[in-house]
This record gives sequence, structure tokens and C-alpha cells, in this order.
Amino acid sequence: MAQPTRRERPVRTLVTLGVLIVALFGALISGSHWSTATLTPKLALDLEGGTQIILTPVAENQAAITDATITQAIDVIRQRVDSSGVAEAEITSQGGRNIVVALPGTPSEETLNLVRTSAQMEFRPVLGISAPTPTDTSTATATPTDAATPAADAAATPTPSATATAAPSDTPTKAAPDNPSDTAYYITPKVEADFLALDCTNKANQTGGKLSAADKALVACDPTGSAKYLLGPVEIQGKEISSASSGLGVGANGTSTGKWVVNIQFTGTGGSEFRVTTTRLQGLTSPQNQFAMVLDGLVISAPSLAPGVIITDGKAEISGSFTRLTAATLANQLNFGALPLTFTVQSEQTISASLGSEQLEKGIIAGLIGLLLVVVYSLLQYRTLGLVTVASLVIAGLITYGVITVLSWTQGYRLSLPGVTGLIVAIGITADSFIVYFERVRDELREGRTLPAAIEKGWERARRTILASDAVNFLAAVVLYFLAVGGVRGFAFTLGLTTIIDLVVVFCFTHPMLAVLAKTEFFGHGHPASGLDPRRLGAPQTPRYAGRGRIVTGQPAVAPDRLAVPGEKVPAVATVGSPSGHQTIAERRAAARAAAASSAPPAEGTEPLPPDTTSTAAEAEPTSGRTEGNEL
Amino acid sequence: MAVGFAQWGNDLYTGRRSYDIVGRKRLWFTISFTLVAICAILLVKPGLNPGIEFRGGSEFVISGVPTNDQKLAADTVASFAPEEIPRVSTVGTSSLRIQTATLSNTEVEKAAAALAVAYDVPVTQVTSNFVGPSWGQDVSSKAIRGLIVFLVLVTLVLTIYFRNWRMAVAALLALFHDLIITVGIYAAVGWEVTPATVIGFLTILGYSIYDTVVVFDKVRENTTGVLDQSRFTYAEKANLAVNQTLVRSINTSVVALLPVSGILFIGAFVLGAGTLRDIALALFVGMAIGAFSSIFLATPFEVLLREREPKLHEHTAKVLANRAKDGSGEQVGAAAVGRATAQLRPGSHQGNAAQPRRRK
Repeated sequence: MAQPTRRERPVRTLVTLGVLIVALFGALISGSHWSTATLTPKLALDLEGGTQIILTPVAENQAAITDATITQAIDVIRQRVDSSGVAEAEITSQGGRNIVVALPGTPSEETLNLVRTSAQMEFRPVLGISAPTPTDTSTATATPTDAATPAADAAATPTPSATATAAPSDTPTKAAPDNPSDTAYYITPKVEADFLALDCTNKANQTGGKLSAADKALVACDPTGSAKYLLGPVEIQGKEISSASSGLGVGANGTSTGKWVVNIQFTGTGGSEFRVTTTRLQGLTSPQNQFAMVLDGLVISAPSLAPGVIITDGKAEISGSFTRLTAATLANQLNFGALPLTFTVQSEQTISASLGSEQLEKGIIAGLIGLLLVVVYSLLQYRTLGLVTVASLVIAGLITYGVITVLSWTQGYRLSLPGVTGLIVAIGITADSFIVYFERVRDELREGRTLPAAIEKGWERARRTILASDAVNFLAAVVLYFLAVGGVRGFAFTLGLTTIIDLVVVFCFTHPMLAVLAKTEFFGHGHPASGLDPRRLGAPQTPRYAGRGRIVTGQPAVAPDRLAVPGEKVPAVATVGSPSGHQTIAERRAAARAAAASSAPPAEGTEPLPPDTTSTAAEAEPTSGRTEGNEL
Repeated sequence: MAVGFAQWGNDLYTGRRSYDIVGRKRLWFTISFTLVAICAILLVKPGLNPGIEFRGGSEFVISGVPTNDQKLAADTVASFAPEEIPRVSTVGTSSLRIQTATLSNTEVEKAAAALAVAYDVPVTQVTSNFVGPSWGQDVSSKAIRGLIVFLVLVTLVLTIYFRNWRMAVAALLALFHDLIITVGIYAAVGWEVTPATVIGFLTILGYSIYDTVVVFDKVRENTTGVLDQSRFTYAEKANLAVNQTLVRSINTSVVALLPVSGILFIGAFVLGAGTLRDIALALFVGMAIGAFSSIFLATPFEVLLREREPKLHEHTAKVLANRAKDGSGEQVGAAAVGRATAQLRPGSHQGNAAQPRRRK
């Protein structure tokens, strides 16, 4: 195993890790000072309390539900939830099929209904258009919508002031409408008052989300808030659109006009309905010759009919000041509206905040108990070395906490109960890698290696195992994350995260820490309480040939009167391939004995060591085939 | 205890003490097969108890109840839906969960009001949930898809890592063994299977493989170059590996099980039904079985597969023939098959090939 002679710098690694942790928490603390960060991770609904609704969009006519459809559906639901005034709602797609709506607190029944209902795309005739700002009742007659307002006036009660004060009547003045553009029937005093009061410059009114009756008039804004509309009843349902596309318009002579247009193709029924509509609208004056496309209570487009055009073939072309992007957006919206999408409620869960916090609290207690048991067990098994496990777990815990909090600050991650479980389970899995490593070190000690050598050699072997098993764990977490639904994701996420953190800790803390500790008297000489006492580990007592030109004795003195022996064991291993092997055996023995006699322990064992402790290569690879050192 | 344990570990490592785990494969296979068979029966007879997520239905949670009287809830529900047999369980320390079949919106409101009156809590403390029957199916179909993808990936990874498909196959066998037994025990206990339980089942996948990988890693290390020597058979080398990792297996299993049993205890006795309990039982059983299967099932099975390779088969025959011929045998070689794999001790000559090469 030829390895480059690479000097390991355990202290440097430890310091780097320390700096990283400090940086992590520094960012967090400064973030909480000057930004929106909090010092605790945000909690998911199951811990914080709230309502979670999982919806599956279902297309009525077997149409395929694509990612684009889901995105559109999410946009629509977001609009609705925002318009209902629920703050911090989370709407996400899950597994490419479900939509998860998480509403904190206890949302009202109306909000829930809004979320559950399908998006509505409808074509309505325009009865009136006006500037987006609310209009005073007194100036109502002066509104620029000349077509709508006179008609509204005619239908209104004689005293306009009454409409403002008393509750305006919602009863039509006529028994039945002549046609959908019949302003006298559809513009009731209430509708008119609503229309006048509507403020489309208010952001809240630009989100739509209001459900409306199909056979009543509707007041609506456009999404940009540039105008408000008074619309007639639904004439054509969105599902009657068979397709919509955007493209460059084609002129009469078949050449491109260079302008972006949106083409709509209606279904058979839609085509005939549209013919009826266009025929009627032809005879009307502006703005009543316009029809509005309403998606979920928002007017996404309200084109007027070109004079003399009656569309009979169910193919309409909308032209105007479109850019490529706006044309594509409109076509998308029309297509989405064309999908008669309904949402099936998969699950609707309300979690009370008190229940969530109790589960969290008990979960944390369970975690602490588990941690404590792990600590006790590793102290029993590994003595002082167990403290390294404890320290590693603490470091892992710190990093995990920091990363999760930073993620919840920057990425909006929220900790759920399965996530907490994942963290608790991770205690065991993280401790696993230390055990794999420690057991490997012990094995090497049993083989008769010195502690520093055992730590390096054991690391070399354990590293591979740890990497392989963590890779499997990580793989499981990734597969779970991408293919699972619901709470599984939270669990998979923490599991994957802690697997990575486990690697970081083992590589950057546990191993360097052991390398540093090996230099101390306590560990280096295998104090019985260190957990690395070669005698207790049954290391061979006699020197032996360990292959590859190494002779090991690997055993400190058994009897106190032969104090020199610990000194001997070191050169015994170090001789071969050791750069310091210039002394003769006798010289080294003498030096060791002298050192021991002068009761300067650090000098004795460790002095010839440093090149070895830090270099695996020196241990693993003899530079010559000399079998010297067979001194006992 | 620790001293004895350490000594035991030493003996296992050096081979002074050795359990013939690989050799007694018939015994382990019988035990495993019996367990799997029992669990298969359990899965059919009482079967898994599907939670509301899989059945669909309405659920009420009354929080802050003064009494945990479950009968009261059952009676209340019965008062307006006589044919309904609700499932009542405690959640947390002061909450009750009542599950019924799917109720209409008005029924839900009535039930919530009735429950609030019965337990003398404000109606705002009664929350109602609705779960569609397909939700759980969605979870399970996704879980199964995840399982298949995971199995394919893990087979690839293990085959590449161990450079031998047999180890991957053995690991997968152990995995299925663990999964079936865990699910079977879940059926026997009769706790509801919720999406959280499914999470627990899925986690076993990762853990079972993880455990097996660690043991196999040692097997691979021990059996490297097994064909270049004629002292030990592959089975003996593998058996030594299992023995040498025994202490580690015990330690990691104990350490992994401790936090899980913490959750299980708190979940089962303090919190009642809920995510923590559901995940913990699946994990606890899965981890314990996983430790068993990685030692007693995966390795013997892997050896069984490997020994069918012509090269190894020949090698084994040669080693055994040598031993029989030698009679007195070599120092350790004469010992019983399976116990012969002691670590080489000083004093024996390992042949010229073992001598260091002069390097340039």
C-alpha cells in the first residue's frame, strides 16, 4: 500500500472545524440581529399547529396533468390563499402529483373551501370597464364607462344616495334577462355599488380567488390592477377551450405579421356558443363588444371583437400588444383553464399547537434519554475514549442544529416531527461510525501496534467502511426524499443531513482528536482507564514478525521495574522505515533507559515517535526489508 | 462487565475463542426461515391494522380533556351514528383521538359539538380531520416505488464496492428478511400502520444494509488473497471476520437501539398513538433483526454463494485434503473446521512468499 508521505496535521483540522462552527453560529447570530434569522429552527405544522391539506388535481376529461399544470394550479391556490389573508401559507408540490397546502393556525372554513375548489376559467361578456380606483357614488354617473353606467343608472333606484347608505337590493328589476349582455337585468343596485367601491389598485384585490356564481354579474380586477370590470354571467366555460397556443400572427396574405398573437381553438360546443356570443356582441358598442376571460375571479384578458367579425369555426385569434412572453403566459393560462381541474382532498389534518408542542417536548426528552444511554454505554465500553464519542456527538449536534437553523432561515426549511425522529435515530447511527473506528483501533492494538500507529492504521481501514456504510445510508435518504410523500420527506432530509454531518465529524473531529490524544501520556501509554490499554486488549507480549518487514512487540512493560520496555516497543515498530532509525539498537535502549531513569516520561516514549505518529506511510510501508529490531 | 467483555472481544479477535457461525448455517437458516414463515402467517391472519390514512375517514382530536374516558367518546359517537364503531385512542397526555368512517360535513360539525359537550371543553378544542382513502395508498405506492429504486441502486453500489455481486445478493436477502419480520411483528402487535410506520419500514432498508456492509467489509478484508494460501478455507476466513466484528456489531446495535428504545418507551407509554411511537417500533424491531441477519444470515449465505464458484470450490477441497493428508497438521490447521482460523501467531513460518520484497 504505497501511500504518499503526507503529513497529517490533526490540530490544524480541528482548528478549521472549530472556525467553521464558529462561522456557522456567527452567521446565525448576526442574521438574527440584522436579518430575519431566528435562533431556533422553524417548526412544521405538525409541531406548530395548523392545517395541512393535501390535494390531488384530477382532470375530468382524462387529460394528462403535467408539471406545468401543477405549477399553474399552485399559482391559483396561492392566489386564493393570499387573497384570504392567511400569512405564511406554504404551498408546494409533492412527488410531481400532489399539492400540499399548509396553513398555520386554524384557518376559516371559507379559506379551506377556497383551497379545495377547482380553478374556474370562464368567458363572460363585459358590461362595464372603469378606472381601477373606487368611485364616489355621487360621481358615479360621470364614470367614463359610458355604456355601462347609463344602463346602470337606468336600473338603479331613483336616488343614488340611497344605494350608498341602505343595503342595496340584489334583486333584478326584470323577470328574465334578454341575453347575457342585458345590463338592466344583471346590474342590480348591489352589483353597481360593489363595482363602484372596488379598488383595483389595492394589492389584495389583484389576487382573485373569489368564487362567483355563474349566472350572476361579477365585478373583477385585472391582475395588474390597471382597470376594473363589470362582467355579465358566464357564457362559455373554460373546459370548452380545446387548446390555446401563442405564435406570430399570420396576415391575410399568409405572411407573418411579426406580432404575437394567442390562438384559441374551441370544442364543438364551445365553438357554437362562441358563435352566438360573437354574433350578439357585434351589435353592441364599446365596451360591451368585449368579452373577458376570467381565471379564478381575475380578468386575464378582455379583448374586443373586431368590427364585422363573427367567429363561426371555433377558432379565435387574440392580437394586441403582446410580447412573446405575455402571449405564452396567456396561452398557458387558457390551457390551464381548459383543463377542468378539480382537486380531490387526500387528507386534511388539523394539528393543535398544544399537541404538537407536547410531542416535540416528549420527543426531545426521548432524544436526551437516548443520548444519555449512549453516553453511559460508550463510557462503559470505551472508558475515557467514550468521552471522545460524547464530544463528537456534541459537535455533531451543534453542527446539525446550526445547519438546520440556517436552512430554516435561508431555505424556509421547517422541522417536523418525523424530522425530529430522524435526528434522534441519527444519534445511534452517528455513534456507529465512532464504534466502527474505535473497534478498528483496538483491533490494531491487538495486532500489537503502538497506539499512534493503531490510530492511523485503524483509521485507514475504518474510513473505507464508514464511507461505504454512510453512502448506503445517504442513498436510502435520497431515494426516500425524492420518491416519498408527506412526513417521509422530513425524516429523509434529516437522515441524509446527519449522515453528511456524521462524515464531517468523523473526518474532521474524531480522527484528528484521537491523533492528538495519542500524543498524550494518558492515552499514548495505554492507561488502563483510557480504553486503549493494549494489555487489556490482549496485545501479544512477545515480539513477533508482523509481515512486511515489521517486528512488533507492541506492549508496554508489564512489570514496573522494566520501565524501559515501553521505550523499546516504540523503536521496535519504528525501526523499519523509520526515518529516525539512525541509532543502533543498543544506543536506543540506552537512551530510553536513561530517559526513564531521569523520570522524564514524555521524552522517553514519545521522543523517537513524532515522525511515526503523524505519518501512516512510515508505518505501513517499510523502506527496506530489514528485519532489525528483533531485539528481545 | 466491561473487562470481561473486552477479554471476550480479544479472544474473538485472535481466534482463541470462536463461534462457528458460518459452519452452522443450517441452524440459522432454519431459524430465519421459521421466523419469516411465522411473520408471513401473521401478515395474513391478524394482518396489518391500517391506520386512518389507509382506510380513509374522519378523525376528531379533543385536546385538553379532563378525563381520558374513552367510553364516553364511543358513546357520544354512537348517539348520533349508532352503527358506527369509532376507534378511540389517547394522544399525548391530555388528548383523545376518535376515528370514524367518513362523515359528511354537517355530521362532522354535529359530532364535534357533541364531543365538546360530552367532555366539557370549548368546541374550539375539538379539531376534525378528514383523510381520503387514497392518501395512504398514495403513500404506499410511493414507498414501493422508492423500495424498488433503492434496491436497484443499492445492488449496483454494493456490487461495485465489493466487486462481487454475491455480496450484494446476500445483503438484499438479509434486507428482505428484516423487512418481512419487522412488518410481521408490527402485524402481531396490532398497532396501526400509518405513514410514519411506513417511514420506519423504509429506514430499516438503509440500516439493514449499513449493518451488513460493515460485516462484509471485514469479510472482504480477511478473504483477500484467500486463494493464495492453502491453510484456511474461504468459509473459515469469513467466519473469523464475523467473529472479529461481533463486538462491534453488538456495540453498534446497542448504541443504535438505545435512542430508538427511548422514543419507543416515551411514545408507547407516555404519548400514546403518534408519529414517534409508530416510527420507533418499526425501527426497534428492524434494527434488532438487522443485527441478527447481518451476522447469522448474510455472511453464511454469502459464503454459500461464494463456495459455488469453481475456483473457491476447488480451493476449499484442496485445503481440506491437505489437512486430512497432514494428519498432525500445522499448528492451528489441525483444529476443527471453522475453529481453525485463528490469527497467525508468532513462531510459524509463513513461507518465502511472506518475506518482504526488496524494494528499489
